[in-house]
Amino acid sequence: MALLEIEDLSVSFATRAGNLRAVDGMSFSVEPGEVLGIVGESGSGKSVAMLALMGLVAAPGIVKARRMAFDGRDLQAMSARERRHVAGKDIAMIFQEPMTSLNPCFTVGYQIIEALATHAGDSSRVRRRHAIELLEQVGIPAPESRIDAYPHQLSGGMNQRVMIAMALAGNPRLLLADEPTTALDVTVQAQILDLLLRLQRERGMALVLITHDMGVVAETAQRVLVMYAGQIVEQQHAEGLFAAPRHPYTAALLDALPERSPGAARLPTIPGMVPGLADRPSGCLFHPRCHFADRRCRAEMPELRGLDGATVRCHYPLAALADAR
Amino acid sequence: MTAAEAEALELAAPEHPLREFWRYFSANRGAVGGLVVIVIVVLLAIFADIVSPHSPIASNSKAFLVPPAWQQGGTWTYPLGTDAIGRDMLSRLIHGTRFSLLIGCIVVAISGTVGVALGLAAGFFSGAPGILIMRLMDIVLTMPPLLLAIVLVAILGPGLVNAMIAVSITYLPFFVRITRATVLGELGKDYVTASRVNGAGTLRLMLVTVLPNCMAPIIVQGTLSFSTAILDAAALGFLSLGAQPPTPEWGTMLADARDFVLRAWWVVTLPGLAILITVLAFNLMGDGLRDALDPRLKR
Amino acid sequence: MNKTAEPVVIARDLSKIYRVGDRLFGRMAALRAVDGVGFTLAPGKTLAVVGESGCGKSTLARMVSLIERPTAGSLRLVGHEASGVPAAETRALRRHVQIVFQDPYGSLNPRHKVGTILTEPLVVNTDLGKVERIEQARAMLARVGLRPEHYSRYPHMFSGGQRQRIAIARALMLHPDVVVADEPVSALDLSIQAQVLNLLMDLQQEFGLAYLFISHALSVVRHMADEVMVMYLGRVVEHGAKTAIFERPRHPYTRALHASTPFVDRSLRTVRTPVVGEPPSPLDPPSGCGFRTRCPHATQVCAAERPALRPVDGQLVACHHAETI
Repeated sequence: MALLEIEDLSVSFATRAGNLRAVDGMSFSVEPGEVLGIVGESGSGKSVAMLALMGLVAAPGIVKARRMAFDGRDLQAMSARERRHVAGKDIAMIFQEPMTSLNPCFTVGYQIIEALATHAGDSSRVRRRHAIELLEQVGIPAPESRIDAYPHQLSGGMNQRVMIAMALAGNPRLLLADEPTTALDVTVQAQILDLLLRLQRERGMALVLITHDMGVVAETAQRVLVMYAGQIVEQQHAEGLFAAPRHPYTAALLDALPERSPGAARLPTIPGMVPGLADRPSGCLFHPRCHFADRRCRAEMPELRGLDGATVRCHYPLAALADAR
Repeated sequence: MTAAEAEALELAAPEHPLREFWRYFSANRGAVGGLVVIVIVVLLAIFADIVSPHSPIASNSKAFLVPPAWQQGGTWTYPLGTDAIGRDMLSRLIHGTRFSLLIGCIVVAISGTVGVALGLAAGFFSGAPGILIMRLMDIVLTMPPLLLAIVLVAILGPGLVNAMIAVSITYLPFFVRITRATVLGELGKDYVTASRVNGAGTLRLMLVTVLPNCMAPIIVQGTLSFSTAILDAAALGFLSLGAQPPTPEWGTMLADARDFVLRAWWVVTLPGLAILITVLAFNLMGDGLRDALDPRLKR
Repeated sequence: MNKTAEPVVIARDLSKIYRVGDRLFGRMAALRAVDGVGFTLAPGKTLAVVGESGCGKSTLARMVSLIERPTAGSLRLVGHEASGVPAAETRALRRHVQIVFQDPYGSLNPRHKVGTILTEPLVVNTDLGKVERIEQARAMLARVGLRPEHYSRYPHMFSGGQRQRIAIARALMLHPDVVVADEPVSALDLSIQAQVLNLLMDLQQEFGLAYLFISHALSVVRHMADEVMVMYLGRVVEHGAKTAIFERPRHPYTRALHASTPFVDRSLRTVRTPVVGEPPSPLDPPSGCGFRTRCPHATQVCAAERPALRPVDGQLVACHHAETI
């Protein structure tokens, strides 16, 4: 049974110019212990979808889903208290900016212990010991002294490790990581990604990694979801996606990577812009920018269909070009 | 605002900044109410001579302390009654708007201009000059404003102009502080560095580059100082240190009316109400301005 | 415009030292943000400066674009001495070097229209009449791919990529010889990044611009650069032609950077030799070689003696063990 099952998730915001659908009919599942990468550019809805899962979407946003189940339990049917219990303990989330995600007024140790207290219940001495263990597990040297440091005394990489420690406090079965390394230096990024993968393996935790960096996804994820303008446009296992993308948007995005055009003077680009509110295209949302669009693409919104173990939202998915690159 | 929303806005015809401002401002009903009252006050001030039934300083020895028209003994010749020497209350109140607005405008103009200039200087030259300016302002702040105004008026002599100068000085620190804080915040931003790299001199940086980005909190401070100025000038007038009789300034009217509080409530209450309504209107509008101009509250 | 083959920037031994700490109580420390950096930049070429946070690349950018004065060393711009000269001369030199910043949302004055932003350099530095200024600004606007009606709009009405185009247009108004680009595409989405990089390359060809390209993203650097300079803790650790740096990196830090960068294509990934620990604080750099605390090949001599930048097989390397690793 899948650990997380989401069917037809939609998040919309009522703005003065109309209804903005940040997430539109998103359906996916996460198996226990797997690493799922969700990749997309700004406006793709990837972060909003995760916030909706955690119940963190703020007031003017409306979250609707046919089904949101964690470990077989319906998240929507739960009371707010039960939902909070699941959302903090079994599903944990870490964010992009470690400096602002931690409370600057309290020590690092205090915040971890607070996370432990919410979900466990032992004496404070036991909790402190547990916190030091967690700090050690996330690779912070000399944790007994670091536990009393304030966030501003630690570097970005250290703070991100602290965030991971806090997320692990409730022994989660699923960890959502929203751009966890974007704000970090590349050598520190590599360390944090290695740490996440190691923890994921050791604890049998499922990891959902949201990012805009294709390289990060290629090196960490087993399965990948590609999002565009609030919809999932492609879903495939990682190797297949990068070798033979099925959706024109994925292919165009990979072509735009500088590493794919060595020695070339110009990089291939995608004409046009991500659709906003005022100009949501009819039919396929990507068709104004797609080289292969035709009349059918303009008229009819493609459904997410299975194809050779992948799923694609396209009337004319690209053929498997496994060895052509 | 998400990137998707921003794209959408770009493709549609962009909203004029004034219309956008009005949209935020008009959502706050108190602010709009305040604005309406202020417009009425301004119109009364401009057309005071036409609107007033009588002259504000002409006294009528046959009509001392006539009650307002709806009370017994009142007459519609003097709709709001007369004061102790037979001057029409309504006409005096209407003419009083001129003085209140004048006081507000001049005080805000003086303290605003000088305060913003000092604040800009303190922000740009944050070394010795900045420190000197801020310590000077700290000294001004240690004195109770009204007391300081009284002392200054005592030195300069009573009169409306001197009262205004005195009050202006007491408001300087607020403008200086808020300008300096905003300037310091903006100075770190890239667009200021970009202008510097383009060769802009200090004066241009101060007035053309940075100052327009500091206007929001300064405007709000200005509006709130306006209402406080009216109150302070009224207080000075009440102490007979501000406008001198027969000037129909609301505070001075209150001073004249002290002896008649029990006998003739309208001589005291009506100027007091006029002050209350005008000050409240400015405060409400100032709050609305702040909410509408604060970029962090924009949705 | 400089038509000769004379280098447009010659930097020798540039240093920037900040005194930080408690002025009242006398505990001042020296922060060596940039320590003895030298390079030559020829017209029409791109020198990329690579490094992580704290390496001094942004400070170097600010010195070359005349925002900060070097504490020591010499800087020659198009043949004129730029360091240690009176303010009036600096002002005259500003026409030759301009800068594009990283953050597209902070680098344009929110209260000025695009037209005002573009004509400002002309207003301050030239005697052109109003009509001519507007003409030149409109021409440059079209050149960077924006529409004429954008001239009278405010920055907040544009997307990140468009703002970056405006910033580039502004930088080119005075027809400088050198453009310092401080992480110009780091804040942009992948597809927009490709567009802006193409624009930069087109403009370089058309105007014969020299670029000092600051970046932490190796894939972008590989695409844009002719020469690469790697910095760590304010010092240059490796400097050479692009192919040499990418194909035969000699300094352990360069290798670590390459190993830590996530690439989509497996063929570009190298074996991950883990870089341990965090970058040291620039206030308290390690003795000898700055990288020794994290270097897998560090020996005693690395702690004792600071390695000089010396030629090894066609590139400059600052490592005692460059030949043997």
